Parts: sequence; C-alpha cells; structure tokens
Amino acid sequence: MSYLADVGALARKDLLLELRAKETLPAMLLFVVATLTIFHFALPHGTSHAAALGLLWAALIFTALLGLTRAFVPEREQGMFDALVLAPCDRSAIWLGKTLAVLAFLVAAEAVALPAFAAFFSGIDGRTVAAVALADVGIATVGTLFGAMAVAGRARELLLPLLFLPLAIPIVVGGVGGYLWFLALYDAIFGLLSWAAFEYVVSET
Amino acid sequence: MISARGLAKRYGDRRVFAGLDLDLAAGGFLLVTGPNGSGKTTLLRVLAGLAAPTAGELSLPERRSIGYLGHEPLVYRELSPLENLTLFGRLYRIPERGERVGMLLERFGLWDVRHDRVSTFSRGMQQRLGLCRVLLHDPSLLLLDEPYNALDAEGAELLDGVFDEPRTWVVATHEPRRVERRATERLAFA
Repeated sequence: MSYLADVGALARKDLLLELRAKETLPAMLLFVVATLTIFHFALPHGTSHAAALGLLWAALIFTALLGLTRAFVPEREQGMFDALVLAPCDRSAIWLGKTLAVLAFLVAAEAVALPAFAAFFSGIDGRTVAAVALADVGIATVGTLFGAMAVAGRARELLLPLLFLPLAIPIVVGGVGGYLWFLALYDAIFGLLSWAAFEYVVSET
Repeated sequence: MISARGLAKRYGDRRVFAGLDLDLAAGGFLLVTGPNGSGKTTLLRVLAGLAAPTAGELSLPERRSIGYLGHEPLVYRELSPLENLTLFGRLYRIPERGERVGMLLERFGLWDVRHDRVSTFSRGMQQRLGLCRVLLHDPSLLLLDEPYNALDAEGAELLDGVFDEPRTWVVATHEPRRVERRATERLAFA
C-alpha cells in the first residue's frame, strides 16, 4: 500500500507542476492539432482511410515525443533526481509516478486529437480507440524510462528520439494493423522491463 | 558512522580523489575544505550514495538516516513549501508529518509563506527551505555542501542552531571560519 501511495503522491506532484507551469500539455495539444491540419491539406481528396490512419499514428507518436522531452525538465533543472533518489522509497515508484503523469497527458492530447481526426478525415472505430489506449501504455512506460536516461546526457534532445523512435515502431505496426493482442503484449514486456531497469538508470556510476 | 578505505573517484580520465581513508564516529563533525573544483562536492555525493566510488570500501548508515543538501535546495520551484515538504514527508514515511512540517516551517521563518510558490522566493529563502527538507526525516547523518550559501545573518544564525543538535555532520565549505570550532575531524583538499 505504501508503494502505491508513493506512486500516487509522485504522479499528483507531476500533474500539479503541469497545472501550474502549463508548459507541456498546451504544446502537445497545439502540435497534434496543427499536424492533423497539415495532413488534412497535404493529402489529396479521396485518400483512403488506411492511409489517413497511418498519419494519425505518426502524429500521435511525435506528440508523445514532445511530451516525453519535457517529462523530466523539473528534475533536470532543479536537481530533483538527487532528492528523489535519496528518499527511502522504491525507486521504481519514481518511474511509475512519472509514467502515470505522462499517460494522463497523452490521454488528454488524444481527447482532442481523435475528434479532430474524425472531423478532418473519417470516423474512428472502437478498435482504433482501444489500440490508442493500449499504445499509450507502451509509449508512457518506455518513453519515461528513456526520458530518464536522456536527461542525464548532454545531447538529451537528440538522445530521446534516437532511443524512443526505434522502440515506437512496433507500436505503430500494432496500432495501424489494429493488433490489440500485440500491443497488450508489448505493454506487458516493455512495462516490466522498464519498471525493473529504472533503478539502474538513476544510479550514477 | 562512516568508514572509508582507499576511496577513489574518477570521471573518465580525470581523477577527483584517490586513496582516501575516513573514519567518522557518531556525533562527529567532519569539516571538508578546499578550493572550487577540488572534490568536496564529489566526496559528499559519494557519501550520500548519489555517486558510486571508482575504488575503495565505504561503509555508510542506511539511506533513510542520511540527509543531503547540495548546491541546490532540492525542492520543486512550482510547488509551495508546504507541498514540497508534504511530498518528501510522504516518501520518507514520516508519522505525523503535518506537525513536523509545520514545526520546521515555523523554525526557519517560512510559515507565513507556506502556500506561496518557491519560484517567488529569494535564494536565501530557498536555502532555508532546503534545510527544512534535509531535516524533515530527522537524519542522524547530515551532509551539507556550502550550507551558508545565500543565507542572511538571521538564516546563518538559524543554521548555527541546527549544528548544536546531536547528529553526525559532514560539512563542505571554502569558508570554514563559522564552523571550524565544531570540527572533530578535518579533511583539506588541495
């Protein structure tokens, strides 16, 4: 119970920071709507639903990347990793709290992106919504781990896309194809690996 | 409390320190001095468990018993003092943390601004809050890196009062006059 309470306190902290700073979510919303608008005008009339759906996934992945780039900004700029790592709580709770906050930002961005896609292109079916929900879990778990790795490096803006995008390819494959079992398997495997690996990511050598 | 044998730390090709032996008994006060870049901060980070030594043996108390204040106050600037200390009180599993947080905020003169964002504070007020954070879980070993930084005369006196408490201290500073008389052990980096 203490573990979950720690996770809740850390996730609440991140949501509160975003509520005050308003730096990440507005940028994600603006980016995803602008991207879908560009795609709307760039694609020729009568483009197939499958092609438009592919662009939706590209827009979602890059929107997520934008959010992930900012996920550890307070910890980086204010040295807060030191304070969190010193606390006697399980270090994976830091990762899980941040993952939940990232997940909340993704869901909020998609609450705007999916209706916008339906308005610009074609309707969204339940399978796509389920695929997006499953993909969010994978994006948040893997992205948060890589965000923590990148934040320690000097070329962090470069490092995060290089680490994250290759591992986002299976998410796009599963999302575009509507392979829900594949996305669920991805979430389970990479969620577990990220949870177990975080301890080593935040331990300086 | 602290025992180190042959402690060394390198960053790539750069040797920060090597062959360091340390013994600090409970209740002792280790004063670490030296010019900028001599290794004081790195030593404190190693003793805090934030950096692993490259070589040597190091014996430390459990993580919960250690309090560390670095060059930054290590508090979230977009949260209030109350929110910061409540968060860390939760993570350190402090019983009756509301009472403890209130007592520390009163002691360091931050009670009246407990709901204000830390980003609106002066550097000295942030340092006071950093001291509240580091004392919150009542650590037996305190590692303080330039603790008088940015403190005004009143803040410095408050910190002097903290040093009167029965704890084990490791204090790094390049202005040792204020704490020199308390030192039971000394380590001078060149």
